[in-house]
Amino acid sequence: MSTVRRRTAATAAVLALAAGLTACASSAGGDSAKPAASGSASSAPKPSGTVTVFAAASLKESFTDLGKKFEAANPGVKVTFNFGGSSALAQSIVGGAPADVFAAASPATMKTVTDAKAATGDPKVFVRNTLEIAVPKGNPKHIAGLKDLTGVKTALCAKEVPCGAAAVTALTAAGVNLTPVTLEQDVKGALTKVELGEVDASLVYRTDVKADAAKIDGVDFPEAAKAVNDYPITALAKAANADGAAAFVAYIQSADARKVLTEAGFQAP
Amino acid sequence: MTVTAPPAPARSARRRRQRQRIPYALLLPALLGLAFLVLPLVGLLVRAPWSALPEQLSSPEVWQALKLSLISATAATAVSLVLGVPLAWLLARTTFPGRRFIRALVTLPLVLPPVVGGVALLLVLGRNGIVGRWLDSAFGLTLPFTTPGVVLAEAFVAMPFLVISVEGALRAADPRYEEAAATLGASRLTAFRRVTLPLVAPGIGAGAVLAWARALGEFGATITFAGNFPGRTQTMPLAVYLAMESDPEAAIALSLVLLAVSVAVLAGLRDRWLSAP
Amino acid sequence: MTTALDALLRVDRAAFSLDLPLDAAPGEVVALLGPNGAGKSTALRALAGLLPLTDGHLRLDGAMLEDPAAGVHTPAEQRPVGVVFQDYLLFPHLSALDNVAFGLRCRGHRRREARALALPWLERMGLAEHAAARPGSLSGGQAQRVALARALAVRPRLLLLDEPLAALDARTRLDVRAQLRRHLAEFEAVAILVTHDPLDAMVLADRLVVIEDGRTVQSGTPSEISRRPRTDYIARLVGLNLYRGTAAGHRVELPDGQELFTSEEISGPAFVAFPPAAVTLHRHRPDGSARNVWPLTVAGLDLHGDQVRVDLTGPLPLAADLTPAAAAELDLAPGVEVWAAVKAAQTHAYPA
Repeated sequence: MSTVRRRTAATAAVLALAAGLTACASSAGGDSAKPAASGSASSAPKPSGTVTVFAAASLKESFTDLGKKFEAANPGVKVTFNFGGSSALAQSIVGGAPADVFAAASPATMKTVTDAKAATGDPKVFVRNTLEIAVPKGNPKHIAGLKDLTGVKTALCAKEVPCGAAAVTALTAAGVNLTPVTLEQDVKGALTKVELGEVDASLVYRTDVKADAAKIDGVDFPEAAKAVNDYPITALAKAANADGAAAFVAYIQSADARKVLTEAGFQAP
Repeated sequence: MTVTAPPAPARSARRRRQRQRIPYALLLPALLGLAFLVLPLVGLLVRAPWSALPEQLSSPEVWQALKLSLISATAATAVSLVLGVPLAWLLARTTFPGRRFIRALVTLPLVLPPVVGGVALLLVLGRNGIVGRWLDSAFGLTLPFTTPGVVLAEAFVAMPFLVISVEGALRAADPRYEEAAATLGASRLTAFRRVTLPLVAPGIGAGAVLAWARALGEFGATITFAGNFPGRTQTMPLAVYLAMESDPEAAIALSLVLLAVSVAVLAGLRDRWLSAP
Repeated sequence: MTTALDALLRVDRAAFSLDLPLDAAPGEVVALLGPNGAGKSTALRALAGLLPLTDGHLRLDGAMLEDPAAGVHTPAEQRPVGVVFQDYLLFPHLSALDNVAFGLRCRGHRRREARALALPWLERMGLAEHAAARPGSLSGGQAQRVALARALAVRPRLLLLDEPLAALDARTRLDVRAQLRRHLAEFEAVAILVTHDPLDAMVLADRLVVIEDGRTVQSGTPSEISRRPRTDYIARLVGLNLYRGTAAGHRVELPDGQELFTSEEISGPAFVAFPPAAVTLHRHRPDGSARNVWPLTVAGLDLHGDQVRVDLTGPLPLAADLTPAAAAELDLAPGVEVWAAVKAAQTHAYPA
């Protein structure tokens, strides 16, 4: 009996600690909770206060842009972002991190959140991302498709992260048996290795190639269509600013937002 | 000069007295500090998927990663010893212009985010790096994405711990022993080897253990410089991180293995190497 | 007398300079005596090669070891010099035997050979049964002898001893001093001993070189120095009242106008010395034959062995030694005014 109690207390302490740490790390604003009460009290769902958005790292450029536009369209609203790996974000949301919106880079990571009943309703897929072969500027190894990757040093994402899972699907579809030199922890790692010239090619998202167009060229390949990655978004059940969250999710699915996202290399769902 | 150990009963009596006199102003923060360090580990143990553990650990990848971790951490410690002890000696026993600056440089990897360290290593030893290009063309040697690359990345991050520890021991050791050796006909190298090294052996041992522990837990520089490939460059911390992406329970299981092994090794070494002087 | 050691040690440092000529014959034991900071240790380190000379030279058995002007500097490890350090600096991780064998190993002997050569040295010091002991378990006196054996085992042509007895307690010191004296007497090459203790210097050395502020102030045999000190420092060391003045016949006039009368006839610059025991103290002006009489004030009292040392100030500051009984009878206390008298026959005057 006493063991059980002790264990519960210890777990609570650990969780509290973890939540505290994530909270500290997540937003510089930190005042996200306060305006929420007034927001939910008013009957008209007009967004106000601070909306805290946890979003996949690949969304950083476009969401930062969209956040500003959303703020301009809704005076009095402030959007703060926490960009990171989708899995890590999902786990901190489940762990109690204070977030209003979650935009993930894969349905699998979103599932972590929905399984924990931390989302409101069904998540909506708002964009899709496909793979491209990233090569150094000028494509010195003349890579034209997946088959060409067998003869060169290639970096893939690890299969545990979405870009790695997509790469496995695409390679299987192409019937290419590839031994990479490294399985990177995230897509930026795979991209950096190309940028530094340590590998000759890597499989990354189109959006990443586009964002790094100064140093990287992208090579499209037909099998990419078999490995499309859906990006779901949802407002969170424990959102302190429920109205703001709903408004932001709606805005991301608007035509305005889609235009920005398409420019960044995403595809419409 | 002559220090003789007090007889055992006297010593235990003294220890008992000391225990009674610990002031609360020290005891309280000490216990809080202990709790702060230990509770996260307790959390791991509490959340560990004990029933699924045998299955999690039956995967050969786990043992591959563990073996690679132990080998590369030990090799990185060896590299740190071979290069770091002479460096510590240089810093502690000689004067040259810019010594303070060099000393600051040596400790830089302590404050540098390891990922940045990994990128820096790539810029120097990578395929297109200043030295790496030459290594490649002259010897056909490439370090990134290889096990030696893991060792280098770990040594880069771990060596400062050894250097700092050994330098401290050297500074505390009386340099006049080296002078005494010189008057007996010992060259500086002989004096270092036969007098200084044995004198600072506890400091070297402590530094080596610190460096080994740091190398064992190294993540950022390793994944950046050496990448991640099972059996070749995937050490335990990398395996843990990736498992965390998909299966937190597996990550906890892996962490437990890493913890158990390192605690066993460190506790085993402590008595032999770190016997308090 | 052949000269084995011929040195002019000049070392310039920011706040200090050493300028010390030093010669010694084979078998001679020379003590460098001086107060703390006089430059004794600097001289010793320079001789050992642990500190480079700024100027001057160092020649040992005819070989030039150091000559800065000619760019000659033999490093410490190549000098035929043995050093016994003040706190011995025995290597704590080596046994007594391996400490003694250390120098032999550095000179190319194999381990077994070096130990075989080292053992007789420990035997000579009476330490054969402590051969396996670590320095930490040796007594101070034993450690000192191991250090001496270690320095002698490499058969140095110059043996340097830095305050060899300073680390010992008074009782051990007596024994070790006697033993050291015997070993030094057997030593065929030059030994230089650094000490601030006049007794050590006088017992152990054939010749004393007294240094103050990096300069030689006096040198000579122990008896010369103790009879005719030339500085206040030496006078204090050997326990004499010392005054410098100008002599004419039996009268020596001091710079401040005071006079001293001596039994010796002398003229020109002169020193006058007398022991504190030669001073008698009186409550009233004595009417006896003493011509050296001064009214003085007691500045302090101190027990020295079985004597009371009285420090007096006034026209001629001096120290007087009395029996405790005499001191009690005079009812001495700081501030008390007394008359001090010294018989001319008990003073000693010599040219300055």
